[in-house]
Amino acid sequence: MSEDIKKFLYVNRKAPYGTIYALESLEVVLIGAAFDQDVSLAFLDDGVFQLTKGQDTKEIGVKNFSPTFRALGDYEVTKLFVERESLDERGLSADDLQDIVWEDEDDDYAEKPSIRIISRAEMADIMADQDVILSF
Amino acid sequence: MGWLAQDDERFFPYPFLRGSNVKFGIVVSEGPYTHQASDTAYNFAKSALEAGHEVPRVFFYHDGVNVGTRLSIPPQDERNIQQQWSALGSEHGIDLVICIAAAQRRGLLDEKEASRQGKDANNIAEGFRISGLGQLIEMGIQTDRLMTFGD
Repeated sequence: MSEDIKKFLYVNRKAPYGTIYALESLEVVLIGAAFDQDVSLAFLDDGVFQLTKGQDTKEIGVKNFSPTFRALGDYEVTKLFVERESLDERGLSADDLQDIVWEDEDDDYAEKPSIRIISRAEMADIMADQDVILSF
Repeated sequence: MGWLAQDDERFFPYPFLRGSNVKFGIVVSEGPYTHQASDTAYNFAKSALEAGHEVPRVFFYHDGVNVGTRLSIPPQDERNIQQQWSALGSEHGIDLVICIAAAQRRGLLDEKEASRQGKDANNIAEGFRISGLGQLIEMGIQTDRLMTFGD
């Protein structure tokens, strides 16, 4: 197989707190950004809670890492796919999620949304299109 | 054998992987004994190598890093997961990499890191090494298929 750019998808299925998977997934994404691959993130099942706004972890004594998602644009990670059915099943909508944007250098640094809400069927197509899937 | 034969469409759905030598990258993301992941990954790696494929690297992440401690002492009538991996690694030249960030949280240290952090002990087993997450990404880039064993 050729060693040109590969499509990496990080699949986030778990809630942000309660287990360490979400935090350690984000650590891989940040390191992986240095490798100049085609990176996407997927959020489904309880993973959609990772992107909710207004997270407050004071009472559980765990670091709130949710602001890091807003920095992903600076790492050129600009595709965050969120599954609509997972939001619906949890009573969430796009309004409950953080505003995460990236600056498009080719468009006078216009701020564009990183989050794209897609259907379960579209998510399946995106997964099928990847070279490497890392699931957390 | 047979179940991982090189022409088995279940494991090699893409024509370019069939009938040829495949390079597998393996991620172990759950802890030993608590979870089946490190056993299944071991059995998969062993079978893949026996079937003529390559496993250049295995990356241990999350609680999977605990596979690499040389201080585990399972009962004598049970498998020793660390020793199984060390033996397979040395037999086939597999690069057994423990993620440093995950390892530091969980108390896994090699000699160099123990001294750098001012700790009084180290516990990494033979054949394992501690390195960064970049090794995981590099494995994804350089292998034909990346297999994750975990939840």
